[in-house]
Amino acid sequence: MGKLTERLYNGIVKENPTFVQMLGMCPTLAVTTSAINGIGMGLATTVILTLSNLFISLLRKVIPDKVRIPAYIVIIASFVTIVQFVMEAFVPSLYASLGLFIPLIVVNCIILGRAEAYASKNKPLPSIFDGIGMGLGFTVGLTCIAMVRELLGSGSVFGFELFSTPISIFINPPGAFLVLAFLIAFLNYRNIKKAKKAGEKPELCKLADCANCQNHACAGKIGKED
Amino acid sequence: MNVILFAISAALVSNVVLSQFMGICPFLGVSKKVSTAAGMGAAVMFVMTIASAVTSAIYYYILVPFELAYLNTIVFILVIAALVQFVEMLLKKMVPSLYQALGVYLPLITTNCAVLGIALVNVQKELSVLMSTLNGLFSALGFAIAIIILAGIREKIEANDVPESFKGAPIVLITAGLMAMAFMGLAGMI
Repeated sequence: MGKLTERLYNGIVKENPTFVQMLGMCPTLAVTTSAINGIGMGLATTVILTLSNLFISLLRKVIPDKVRIPAYIVIIASFVTIVQFVMEAFVPSLYASLGLFIPLIVVNCIILGRAEAYASKNKPLPSIFDGIGMGLGFTVGLTCIAMVRELLGSGSVFGFELFSTPISIFINPPGAFLVLAFLIAFLNYRNIKKAKKAGEKPELCKLADCANCQNHACAGKIGKED
Repeated sequence: MNVILFAISAALVSNVVLSQFMGICPFLGVSKKVSTAAGMGAAVMFVMTIASAVTSAIYYYILVPFELAYLNTIVFILVIAALVQFVEMLLKKMVPSLYQALGVYLPLITTNCAVLGIALVNVQKELSVLMSTLNGLFSALGFAIAIIILAGIREKIEANDVPESFKGAPIVLITAGLMAMAFMGLAGMI
């Protein structure tokens, strides 16, 4: 596998931000009330992630190490603002339903995390593919959750009505937590089964622990020497 | 009376975590023990109140007069990041005992989307500087209530026999889902 396809595989399957790393939980739970919203949020994040990865990679030798996190935040926030205006102009209905969570992409751990962990150490081209891979992984995660919630909660998929007696709790806030819980439990169940067959210890999805987060950028070490 | 209703609405009915989904990362990540959850809750209350006041003042007295309101996302996140750093240094120097209690949680707050989220909600709803500050304080109180309750439940779950596939993240998410249902019931209060 070439390095670029390896980056895509890594983002979509091996280190999937939603199901494996459990990053970016706020938009994951908040906007997944319909499949269209899930895809829209995922693609908006992908665009911002790819652009910010590219620019941070290009500027990796220019940005002084001590102020790198504030510099990354400014780059990311600029792209978020641009994407926000583009969406407001061209897809106003999606813009309205995603609402506050478009500007909040700035504080999405995935973006700052990739900047710190990958783009700041690698050449522009692999960084672009890393951004696309991670972004698509996030999109797949969001769309899966959103499709389940839309099917159960409003009885439709992508707006096509399938049945008319939905369980509306699933498009309300509690449904988000429950659907994600059962999806992760299902993945855990499969991993346990696979590991038992191979005679290994199963790898369960671990809850992100902010205090010892591997994603150091998330812990906001702004202006600090380490 | 209005302020009391406003407080109940901000802290309980539209709870920042359980109904608006802001600050999920610390809510799930720092809720293993009640003591750490309380520390995080207190740190968020401290920062969110100050951040709401400062960002709203900057918006009305700097950004709006210079017609730069469209830059609010960039300006707010930088202000919050700088503010967290400043609060950390100030506490370290002036109130070492409080710094001991809250210090480790402060850097985590910069990327807590609840702080930026509430700052943006304040200007979206066109709240005055005073009301923004109150909104920040009461929303953060709601965050503290939610994270402390979750931590209390998680301490009890430790002793329970959870099915293997539900260990770790899933059982915590189910707990949070049940809490969200309970908080939905509070909507009848207003």
